[in-house]
Amino acid sequence: MAINPKKTDMEKQTPEKRVKNFDEVALGYKEAEALTEAARCLQCKKPLCVDGCPVSINIPAFIKLVAEKKYNEAAKKIKETNSLPAVCGRVCPQEEQCEIKCIVGKKNEPVGIGRLERFVADAERESGNIEKNVVKLPEKKIAKVVIAGSGPAGLTCAGDLAMLGYDVTIYESLHATGGVLRYGIPQFRLPKEILDIEVDYLRKLGVKIIVNVLIGKTITIPELFKQGYAAVFVGAGAGLPSFLGVPGENLSGVYSANEYLTRINLMQAYKFPETDTPVRIGNKVAVVGAGNVAMDAARCSLRLGAKEVYIVYRRSEEEMPARKEEIENAVEEGVKLHILTAPVEVLGDEKTGRVKGMKVIKCKLGEPDASGRRRPVIIPGSEYVMELDTVVSAIGQSPNPLIPQSMPELKIGKWGNIVTDETTGETSVPGVYAGGDIATGAATVIAAMGAGKRAAKSMDAYIKAKLKIN
Amino acid sequence: MFKIIKREDVSDTVKLIEVEAPLIASSAKSGQFVVLRLKEGGERVPLTIADKDKKKGTVTIVFQVVGKSTIELASFKVGDSIKDLLGPLGKATDFAGAKNIVCVAGGVGIAEIYPEVKELHEEGKIVTTIIGARNKALLFFEEELKAVSDAMHVTTDDGSYGRKGFVSDVLKELLEKDKTIDLVVAVGPVIMMKVVSDLTKNYNVRTIVSLNPIMLDATGMCGACRVTVGGKTLFGCVDGPSFDGHQVDFGELIKRLNQFKDEEKNSAEIYKLKCRECRENGH
Repeated sequence: MAINPKKTDMEKQTPEKRVKNFDEVALGYKEAEALTEAARCLQCKKPLCVDGCPVSINIPAFIKLVAEKKYNEAAKKIKETNSLPAVCGRVCPQEEQCEIKCIVGKKNEPVGIGRLERFVADAERESGNIEKNVVKLPEKKIAKVVIAGSGPAGLTCAGDLAMLGYDVTIYESLHATGGVLRYGIPQFRLPKEILDIEVDYLRKLGVKIIVNVLIGKTITIPELFKQGYAAVFVGAGAGLPSFLGVPGENLSGVYSANEYLTRINLMQAYKFPETDTPVRIGNKVAVVGAGNVAMDAARCSLRLGAKEVYIVYRRSEEEMPARKEEIENAVEEGVKLHILTAPVEVLGDEKTGRVKGMKVIKCKLGEPDASGRRRPVIIPGSEYVMELDTVVSAIGQSPNPLIPQSMPELKIGKWGNIVTDETTGETSVPGVYAGGDIATGAATVIAAMGAGKRAAKSMDAYIKAKLKIN
Repeated sequence: MFKIIKREDVSDTVKLIEVEAPLIASSAKSGQFVVLRLKEGGERVPLTIADKDKKKGTVTIVFQVVGKSTIELASFKVGDSIKDLLGPLGKATDFAGAKNIVCVAGGVGIAEIYPEVKELHEEGKIVTTIIGARNKALLFFEEELKAVSDAMHVTTDDGSYGRKGFVSDVLKELLEKDKTIDLVVAVGPVIMMKVVSDLTKNYNVRTIVSLNPIMLDATGMCGACRVTVGGKTLFGCVDGPSFDGHQVDFGELIKRLNQFKDEEKNSAEIYKLKCRECRENGH
C-alpha cells in the first residue's frame, strides 16, 4: 500500500470564529485521524527522528502503541523522557526537530509526530489516567536540589531529578508557575488548564513548587548551599526585553512583547476591569519583529479588538523566524505583513506622550550576515508614516541579570548569559548548573527542555560522585 | 499567603501594615521594595519596604490609598492575608562616601525615606531631614524621623503646621548656608523630586531620587518601568529604584505614569461602587 503523501490534517477553529475568542485554535486529532497518521510511520530500525528530539522521546515506539490503540501505554512511553507532552505537542517546532529528520519526509510530508504527541497526551488526560500513571518513587531521597525558575527548562530538570530520586524544590519569582509557558504563550496556543495539569503532574512526582521567591534577591545561591542543597539549576529565562533603539521608544503605548503578553496572559488584562491589570490596545497596532512572540502579540491584539494589526519586519517573509504554521495562522486571521520595513522613529503626541504613529523605511535584501540570513539594506528616501495607537517591540530579549549580579563568581558571556558547558549545563561554579534562555539567549521551549534534561543528568552524576554513591 | 499582624491608620490616606515575610525580612536593605498581589485576579503593586524586623520575620509597608488595590488593601484587617508578596526587589540605595546628608520627603515618601534616614544615622552620618505635606492632617512619622535625624524641618503648603511653604524652600536655605552638604536624598511625589533635583543642580550637590514607575513583574522581565536616565533607557525595577536625580527625564516619567490613568480611575470607581453595595446589603 502506497503511503499517503500528506500529513493528516488537524481541525482548527475557522479564522472568522477564532479571532473573536481566546480558545485553542488547533483542535487536535480525533481517534480515527490519529490512527491514520500513526499508520504513516515506517517504524525505522534506525529512527532519525529521535536524534532530532532534544528530549529523546522514543518516537517510533509511542507511535506504534498509538497504531495498536494502546494510548495509555503510548503516554507512559513519552513520559519516560518528557514530563510535559501536552505542552510539547502544542508548542514545539517539530518541523525543525523530529519531523525534519523523518524518513517519510524525504519524499512526502513527514509523519505528524507533534500532532500525535498531543493526541496521546490529551487522550491520557481525558481518560483520567494521569494520576494512575504517576510513577511510585522511593521515599528516601538521595539529596536536596533547587531549581530556580519554573519555565520549560526548570520543569523538565525538576521532573527528571525527581524521577532519579531527588528531593526537588522549584522556586518561582512570579505568583504563578510555568514561566514563558504562562506569561508568554497565549491561551489560544497553549491553554493554561493544560499547563496546570502538567505542572501538577510534577507535584505528584513529589516536586515542591514555591512561588514568590526570586533567587538572587529573596535568597541567594550561596545561602541555598548553606541550607544543605547539593546542587542548583538556574533556569531563570531570557528576562530582559530589547527595545527598538529608535527615538520615541519610551512613549506611552510602546510595549515590549513581554509586557504586552504578560498583561494579557498572566494578568488576564482581557478580563479588565473584572481583573485589575489593564492593557490599552487601540485600533491600530504594529508589532515589530517576526518571531513566534511577535505572532502571538499580533494575534492577541486582534482578539482584543484591534481593527488593523501589522507585523513590521525588516527582512522578507522567507527569513521570518516564526514557525510557518504560526505565520499562516496570523495571516488567516487578518494580520498584515509589512515586510522589508524597518522602524525609524515612534511618533507621539507632545502633550500626552502617547503613540500616534511610526515612521518606517523600506529595505531590500543584501548579502548574508553572520546569522546566514540576508542583511536588510535601507532604501534611502523611502520613509513613510504608519498611523498607530500601539507599538509592540518583539525583537528579542537578553538573559535576566539578577542571579549573575548576586553571584560575582558566576561567569557571564558577552550577552549577559550564564556561560555553561552545552552538554552538561555546568557553570563556572561547582554545583551550579544552568540552561534554557538564561544560558543561550532567547530560543525555543523545547531547546530549554533539552538543556534542563542534560543538566539533570550531569547534576545526578555530580552529586553521586560527591556523596560517593556507586 | 502573607499574614498581616499589625495595621495602623497613619493618616486619612496613608496606612501602615506589618506583614509576616521572614525571607524578605532577612534580606531587605533600605531603598528596596516588594510587589504584592492581594488576591486572584489582582494586580501586582510595587510598594517600598518602610521597615523590617529580622527577629520577628516581618516587613512594614506604608502605602497611600490612591487606586483600587490600595483602597482594597486599606480594608484588610489584622489576621487577613495577602496572597502574593515578592521581594526584596531593586537595588539598595548607594550612599557611598556621603557625610553630610539632607533627606527630603513628601507624601507617602515620608515613610519610605525612614529606613534610609535610620541607616545613615546608625552609620554616624550627619542627617538633616525635611518633610512636607499640603496640610497638617497629611503629616506623620515626625517623631520617628526626629529620633534618627540631627536636625528636623517640617513644612506645610497652607501653614497649618511647621513652616508655611515647600520642602524645597528649606532645602534652598540649607544649601546656601552649609557648603559641606554632599548628598541630597529625595523621596516623594515626582514633581517634588523634580523640583529638588533642579534646585540641587544649581549647587552641584549629588542627589538621589527614588522613582515609582508603573511595574508589572518587577524583576526586569517586562520593561514597563523603563525610565530615561542620562539619555539611556534603564529599568526602574532592576537598575533602580534609586537614580541620580540630575540625570532623570522627569517629564517622560510623568507621562508614563499617566499611561493607564483612565483605566485606573474606572477600576477604582467600580470597586468603590461595589463596596457601597456590599455595605448596603449588610455584608
